[in-house]
Amino acid sequence: MQPDSLTFIFLNAFIINNFVLAMFLGLCPFLGVSGKIKTAWNMGLAVVFVMLVSSTCAYGINYLLVRFNLEFLRLICYIAVIASAVQLVEMVIKKFSPALFRTLGIFLPLITTNCAILGLALFQTNRDYNFAQCLAFSLGAGFGFTLALVLMAGLREKLELAEVPDVSTGAALSLMLAGLLSLAFMGFAGLGG
Amino acid sequence: MIKDPRAPEPLGWKTFSQGIWKENPVFVMLLGLCPVLAVTNTAMNALAMGLATTFVLVCSGVLVSLLRKVIPKQVRIASYIIIIATFVTITDYAIQAISLDLYKALGAFVQLIVVNCIILGRAEAYASKNTVVNALVNALGMGVGFTFALLCLGVVREVLGSGTLFEVTLFGPSFQPWAVFVLPPGGFFVLAMWLFLFSYVRKRRARIQELKKEVSHAA
Repeated sequence: MQPDSLTFIFLNAFIINNFVLAMFLGLCPFLGVSGKIKTAWNMGLAVVFVMLVSSTCAYGINYLLVRFNLEFLRLICYIAVIASAVQLVEMVIKKFSPALFRTLGIFLPLITTNCAILGLALFQTNRDYNFAQCLAFSLGAGFGFTLALVLMAGLREKLELAEVPDVSTGAALSLMLAGLLSLAFMGFAGLGG
Repeated sequence: MIKDPRAPEPLGWKTFSQGIWKENPVFVMLLGLCPVLAVTNTAMNALAMGLATTFVLVCSGVLVSLLRKVIPKQVRIASYIIIIATFVTITDYAIQAISLDLYKALGAFVQLIVVNCIILGRAEAYASKNTVVNALVNALGMGVGFTFALLCLGVVREVLGSGTLFEVTLFGPSFQPWAVFVLPPGGFFVLAMWLFLFSYVRKRRARIQELKKEVSHAA
C-alpha cells in the first residue's frame, strides 16, 4: 500500500496507530464512559461526527493562517474554532433532529475538551495532508476511537460479574484491561509494512 | 460559624502540599492521563513534560487569578482556554529553541497541554476564586505533584524497558531489556501497578486505624 493513499491513512488511524490504544489520545472519555456498550457506541458516533467537522474547519483555518504567515496563532485558533464548531453543531442538531440530539445528549459538549480532537487537527497539519486525506484520517481516527471504546465497554460489562481482589477494583483494573487491549492492537503493527 | 465557601482560603503549607499527595492530579484524581502515558517512555521526557506543564499551570493560574474580577462569568471558560493556549504556544516555541531532539521526542504532546484537564480544572476551581499568591502556590504544588507522577512512571519504564536511567546504563551487558515497557501497553501496565500499590497502602492504613480504634475501645 502507498503510505499516502486514502485506504492506508484510514487503516493507519483506525487500527495500526489507534488513537486511544497506541497514541494515548482521548483517555478521559475512554475510561469515563466505557461502562456500557450502548453509551460507548453513542459517544463514539458523536466523536466521529465532531472529528469530521473539526478536521474540515482546521484544514480551512490552516490554509488561511499559512496564507497570511500567522502560523504562531495556530494553536489558539484551532482550540477556539473547535470549541465553537462543537457548540454550533450542537445547536444545529438540536434544531433539526431532536431525536439525534437526545441520543448524543451530554456527550457533545464533553467532546470539546477531548484531546483526540485537537490531536487530530495538529497531526493532519504536521503531516501536510490534503483535504481528501484529512477526511480519511478523521474518519479512521473516529471509528478507531469508537472501536476501542466499544471493545473496552464489552470487557468491562463482563468484568462486573468477575470476582477481583479488593485492592484492584476501579480505575487500576480498567487500566490493566486497556494495557491488554493495547498489547493486542500491537499485533496490527506490521500491517502497513 | 458557617464558613463561606467563596471566602479565599488562607495561605498555608496545605495550599502547596495538597497537589503533591492528597489530591495528586494523576494518582488520585486521574486527570490529564494522556501525556502521563504517552511521553513517559524515558525519565528525561517525563521530566521535561512535567516542567513544561508546571510552567503553563503556574503562569495561567497567576493570570487567571489577576483577571478574576475582569472576566465576565459567561465567557470565563473560553477566556481561560485562550490564556492557557497563549502560554502553551510560548512553551512550544521555547522547547523548540532549547532542544530540537526533545521537541521531536515529545511530539504533539507539548501543544496538547492546552486540553490537559488539570490546568483548566485548576483555573476554574481554584485560581478564579483565590488571590494571586495562593493561586501561584497551589499551581506550583499541583505542578510538582504532576511531575512527580510522570517521573514515577518514566523511571520504572526506562529502567525496565531499556535498562538505563537518564541515559546512564544501569546493568551489565547480559541485561535483556523488557521492551514492552517502552511501548504503549507498558504505559498502561505501569500506571495500573502504581495505582494498585497506592490503593493497597491506603487500604492498609485504613485497616490499621480501624484496628487501633477497636483495641482502644476494648481496653
